[in-house]
Amino acid sequence: MEQPVIALRGGVASLGGRPVLRGVDLAVRPGEVVALLGANGSGKSTAVRSIVGQVPLTGGELELFGTPQRRFRDWARVGYVPQRTTAAGGVPATVREVVSSGRLARTRFGMMRRADKEAVIRALELVGMADRLGDPVDALSGGQHQRVLIARALAGEPELLIMDEPMAGVDLASQEVLAEALRAQVARGATVLLVLHELGPLEPLIDRAVVLRDGCVVHDGPPPEAVGQHALPGHDHVHPHAGPAAEPIRTGLLT
Amino acid sequence: MDILDLAFMQRALLAALLVGVTAPAIGTYLVQRRQALMGDGLGHVALTGVGLGFLLNESPVWMATAVCIAGAVVMELIRWYGRTRGDIALAMLFYGGMAGGVMLMNLSDSGSSANLSSYLFGSIATVSEEDLVAICILAAFVILTTVGLRRQLFAICQDEEFARVTGLPVRMLNLLVAVTAAVTVTVAMRVVGLLLVSALMVIPVAASQQIARSFKATFALAVGIGVTVTVSGTATSYYADVPSGATIVLFAIGLFVVLTALATPLAKRRAGRTAAAEECTLEAPGERTAADDVRV
Ligand SMILES: Nc1ncnc2c1ncn2[C@@H]1O[C@H](COP(=O)(O)OP(=O)(O)O)[C@@H](O)[C@H]1O
Ligand SMILES: [Mg+2]
Repeated sequence: MEQPVIALRGGVASLGGRPVLRGVDLAVRPGEVVALLGANGSGKSTAVRSIVGQVPLTGGELELFGTPQRRFRDWARVGYVPQRTTAAGGVPATVREVVSSGRLARTRFGMMRRADKEAVIRALELVGMADRLGDPVDALSGGQHQRVLIARALAGEPELLIMDEPMAGVDLASQEVLAEALRAQVARGATVLLVLHELGPLEPLIDRAVVLRDGCVVHDGPPPEAVGQHALPGHDHVHPHAGPAAEPIRTGLLT
Repeated sequence: MDILDLAFMQRALLAALLVGVTAPAIGTYLVQRRQALMGDGLGHVALTGVGLGFLLNESPVWMATAVCIAGAVVMELIRWYGRTRGDIALAMLFYGGMAGGVMLMNLSDSGSSANLSSYLFGSIATVSEEDLVAICILAAFVILTTVGLRRQLFAICQDEEFARVTGLPVRMLNLLVAVTAAVTVTVAMRVVGLLLVSALMVIPVAASQQIARSFKATFALAVGIGVTVTVSGTATSYYADVPSGATIVLFAIGLFVVLTALATPLAKRRAGRTAAAEECTLEAPGERTAADDVRV
């Protein structure tokens, strides 16, 4: 079998003395598009942040591209879209300046050559924001800002894209644009791990869904058919110890 | 007599020019990552170095540089490890630094209160040949760092978590920002004084932000404002026989007020241009397109 791009086995992590991940298994194989679902506070962001090395794992094993994450240095292969925060820098910065920092890992000593500048424009075209190149980012709406953060991750032309709620606050038309952008990434061979609240226009792209609840994986398999209306099928067989069968699965798809 | 014919004024103006470039240059990054007052704390710490210089009969500028860099490293360590007690630790460092400096000055034979106040508030007329050499070397370091590593420093100051995932050596770069700020403090110490150093790192940037829309423009304009106020302030302090540091800082505040007043009409004009391009029309009922994203 092909080596997974992300291999997390029994991942354990705590934040502020509270266990947040309690033995999470997550494997993402090359070319796969995996959605990470679950209610607010179920540990999705923590799982993703531990994969990119921003939350230390206190237990379990984690490999990226076959290398133990501690020794992984090839970050140019990874594009990351953090969950959007309202915090902005204290100095104005333009869309182009912010997206350019996503290209940094591909440059030598931060020198932006022509190819790098073109990659930045291309990334902005992919998310439909190329006409806002010179605008300050704090003059953008929440959804537009989110698209800039996605462009920043795309600018490095990564092999692995990790996005934490990339669709939050993005209107339906822009979600379609982003779905198209993502399809193009998958077509050129990229692997994608997405934290989502609802599948929306991305649904046809998603190969597999992993559902977290209270820091445990409660479902790992095909994405749920209809958004929100039913409980997920087959979860009890995947993890018989996940809880009493009578308890409804809260995937967070309804919120 | 022209002030450019006076050797001490030549030195003073060159020192002022370098301060005008370096303080806003590092200041832009400090403001960006919301550490605007870091320079103030480092200024307090540097006084211990000045005191040590007097006590040991060494160059106060180089001693201040060494102590201030050590202080910057300690500050970064506190930021990494001591989040909960961080504020208290920083207070100890800053006020300990200032108190230590005053005490050491007092213990030394050559340190008078006139000397103390010339370091606290600046005294360009006393910039020696030796000081100027030190200032040039230190300023070169600051300019190389802030311009040469601008993309990396922009990335870590804009979004530290993203920068780490890009593979940038964020801790090293944070340390470099702190050390560069420390070096800038000692570059500016003779011209504006340790208590007013931070003003030159922050006010030109704040003034520049009123009209600039990009990071690059903010940086360049802040440096322009910095040079304008340090050079004109130094010349004024010579002609009017007033203290240089205070003159420079007051000039900077004056420019900030002027640019703030100009910013509002400028923003209105920009907004007016875009509004004129597209006029709004009320559509007939039921004319919603998918792009409106109105779901009922
Ligand atoms: N910095 C933090 N300190 C302490 N607890 C945290 C911190 N960040 C998140 N948590 C807690 O960890 C849990 C999981 O958070 P998170 O991974 O952000 O959830 P999700 O992304 O699924 O909404 C939540 O209960 C949250 O309160
Ligand atoms: Mg989250």
